[in-house]
Amino acid sequence: MTTQFRESIETALHNPNLAGALGRFSEAYRTSRAKAYEGIDFEAVRDQIVEIKASASSNFEVLAERFKASAEARGAKVFRTSDPAQVKKYILDLAKEKGVKRVVKSKSMASEEIHLNKAFEQAGIVVDETDLGEWIIQLAHQTPSHMVMPAIHMTKEEVTEVFNQEVEEGQAPDIPKLVKFARAKLRPKFLQADMGITGANIAVAETGSLVIVTNEGNARLVTTLPKIHVAIVGIEKLVGLVKDIQPILTALPRSATGQLLTSYVSIISGPVPNTDGTPKELHIILMDNHRSDMAKDPMFKEALQCIRCATCLNVCPVFRLVGGHVFGKTYTGGIGTILTAWFDELKKSEDIQGLCIQCGSCVPLCPGKIDIPRLILELRRRLVVEKGQSLAMKAIFGVVNNRRLFHSMLRMASVTQKPFKQGRFIRHLPLFLSDMTDFRSLPAVAEVPLRDTIRKIRQPEGGEKIAFFAGCLIDFCYPEMGESLVKILNKAGIEVLFPEGQTCCGAPARYNGAYEVAAQNARDNIKALLETDVSFVVSACPTCTVALKHDFIDTFRSVGETDAMEAAGKLAAKTIDFSTLVKKLVDEGRLTFKEGEDLGKITYHDSCHLKRTLKASEEPRELLKEAGHEITEMYECDTCCGMAGSYSLKLPELSAPILERKLKHIKDTGAARVVMDCPGCVMQIRGGLDKEGTPVRAEHTAERLAERFK
Amino acid sequence: MSSHFEAFKTRAEAVSAEVHRFVGKEEALAFVLAFLKEAGVSDAPQCGAVWSAGSFLDWAGTDKLRAEVPGLSFEVSREGSAAARVGLSQMDWAIAGTGTLVQDATAVETRLVSTLPPIHVAIIGGDRILEDMGSVLERLRPDQLNYISFISGPSRTADIERVLTIGVHGPGRLVIVVIDGFEQVAS
Repeated sequence: MTTQFRESIETALHNPNLAGALGRFSEAYRTSRAKAYEGIDFEAVRDQIVEIKASASSNFEVLAERFKASAEARGAKVFRTSDPAQVKKYILDLAKEKGVKRVVKSKSMASEEIHLNKAFEQAGIVVDETDLGEWIIQLAHQTPSHMVMPAIHMTKEEVTEVFNQEVEEGQAPDIPKLVKFARAKLRPKFLQADMGITGANIAVAETGSLVIVTNEGNARLVTTLPKIHVAIVGIEKLVGLVKDIQPILTALPRSATGQLLTSYVSIISGPVPNTDGTPKELHIILMDNHRSDMAKDPMFKEALQCIRCATCLNVCPVFRLVGGHVFGKTYTGGIGTILTAWFDELKKSEDIQGLCIQCGSCVPLCPGKIDIPRLILELRRRLVVEKGQSLAMKAIFGVVNNRRLFHSMLRMASVTQKPFKQGRFIRHLPLFLSDMTDFRSLPAVAEVPLRDTIRKIRQPEGGEKIAFFAGCLIDFCYPEMGESLVKILNKAGIEVLFPEGQTCCGAPARYNGAYEVAAQNARDNIKALLETDVSFVVSACPTCTVALKHDFIDTFRSVGETDAMEAAGKLAAKTIDFSTLVKKLVDEGRLTFKEGEDLGKITYHDSCHLKRTLKASEEPRELLKEAGHEITEMYECDTCCGMAGSYSLKLPELSAPILERKLKHIKDTGAARVVMDCPGCVMQIRGGLDKEGTPVRAEHTAERLAERFK
Repeated sequence: MSSHFEAFKTRAEAVSAEVHRFVGKEEALAFVLAFLKEAGVSDAPQCGAVWSAGSFLDWAGTDKLRAEVPGLSFEVSREGSAAARVGLSQMDWAIAGTGTLVQDATAVETRLVSTLPPIHVAIIGGDRILEDMGSVLERLRPDQLNYISFISGPSRTADIERVLTIGVHGPGRLVIVVIDGFEQVAS
């Protein structure tokens, strides 16, 4: 990560306007989105969108030719090119030929992508953005910070200042007045323009139609008043049929702004008369710019299912802290990171891809069903392949890849940490390590790891056997969580085995793009865990569970070790998370809660991997309720706590404010305990509470339930 | 009478449109004339109204209306529309699910009257309200029409601080006149 980039994060974090605007919006967004989808089967709609868009991206060439033929039959001129320079040349040549002096534009991300305005200015042609947000950032000489709301980072005072400096003195920071001012100033520009430029939200091949949505009505003016209309359309906007419009327009406004439909939708399928009776010149530029390369990439083809609603920005816990000028280039946020890597170049995404915290908040809400975090990991992997891992990372992963060395170093840490230990916490670390303990205490490494203490537990024998995958945190920091799990499963007559050869699940390596290291971890663990015949492999760490259940297979696939995938599949089939297993045992009558317990009010924090990858959010809640707890839900209970493995070590400046929000929401419930299923979240939240001195206990569900069964 | 009217009205009002329903063309015309008067339409500068072609207008008769409302014009030009206070036009269909009006907008006049003046009065027959966009696109077909407009409420923006503000580039008021018993023929 470059120093310059780190500084831009710092600047954004210290901009109260930005945090206020984005924070308020991200909170309001969830509610308005949910309301807009009332009565709509979102899953069904996005299945339709995926079908439409996936089929389109498999057939770009055919659709583009079909679109061209249809549109030209109606009288439009269609120009196809893969090169942004050619797009600009075509438009500038046309402008020259027709004597164009003034251009008005409605919002077009494709034109931003190729920096069209700069080309116009260099050619001495006056170009004005007409979408209010785009006009503001054009006047302010900035780039859009959000794909749907380009000027969301600016306050009304800042807008006023821009208007005063760039347009006309004397404006006051009053939003209706500012809007009125923009209307008055832009109206003559619409009327005088010789050329109108738009993008398109959808391009329909069968009819050569462009579908353009706006709220302000500027696209209607841009396509009505000037005598020439040029539409710049990325080929990913192509769909086959007119009937494909409805599903996309069902999702786009609802997901983008919480509207049922934007104020205006125009479907333009050919030249229309100008106000002087002459036919309008309609030019449509179908621009590729690496989109068909993406379509040929088996992993990234999925990203072409994007409908540009910006949900992934709006629900991202990191985006709401830093905004699009840090998190993105022309295209911003999660999807913007991916598009930057392709439309610009892979290395341009190097800094921004590191911002993705991998919490998966965007995944269930994406209308195109794009697994953005997974694709960002793939970018990370490719960057490491291309540029190599940093020396520090290499050293770390060298150790992680050697289980004996790794484990003996962890054991040693329990001794060397002594000067910093206060009880079970490390509250301050010296020198460059101090960032890690600035905002939370760290857990001390346990004196005796779980792999040693578990041998001393007398367990039932001869019945069902289950293997326990502890993961590093439980094994070496929180052995009591593991002991709780053993105690509970023993009550069901199950013997818990601890395969000695188990090592780090590989998540840290994988999430840092070191897939070869992750693959070695996977091989070691598969060998250790499939050695004995057990009915399940259980883990009380959702990240480890996801590694065993999903990531091993994916890692092998990514590095091309397909022969290892079968064994990984076997392990995956046996793997289960703690709460799902215990819920199953309760439902089968093999575990019975003690009766008549009133254990008081708690709140529950959903860990990212448990809720969104393993889809277990009800299981732990039901167990805790059956045990005798009352659950008071916190606000944003399933928003990331900011731990995210090594993220909190790499980007403590972002991890800290995310944790701060989480702690606030926990405290707001008034509950004396916060319970969760992930030792990583416990480490973050318990550490944060300790640092603050807040008397709320953070516990793993296993600990909370250990004594609750008969 | 359309069974979709109530849903349409609720949705349209939710996006700040004003919805009026009348039985018969006469009642509707009386409302429109009163509305134009109320809006201050006259032959003074910047006070005109422009009305684009449609079967309701044919029925009402342009000569008669011109005589009755000074400043009302049926020759829709860009200058006239830019200077007008009110634009009137007839819509082809409406969508109950989203409170949307839909129009074959191939003729430039239909767009001028509904984009440039600060008030847009939209007239539509009560039996023209359909359930969803798909049903409309079976009737107003992109393979036949070069410009189809969907209008849901007045022009709006939230580009400054996410504060909803009505009337940016298009009309700040959308007045919808729904007429039961008006058997509209296709434009």
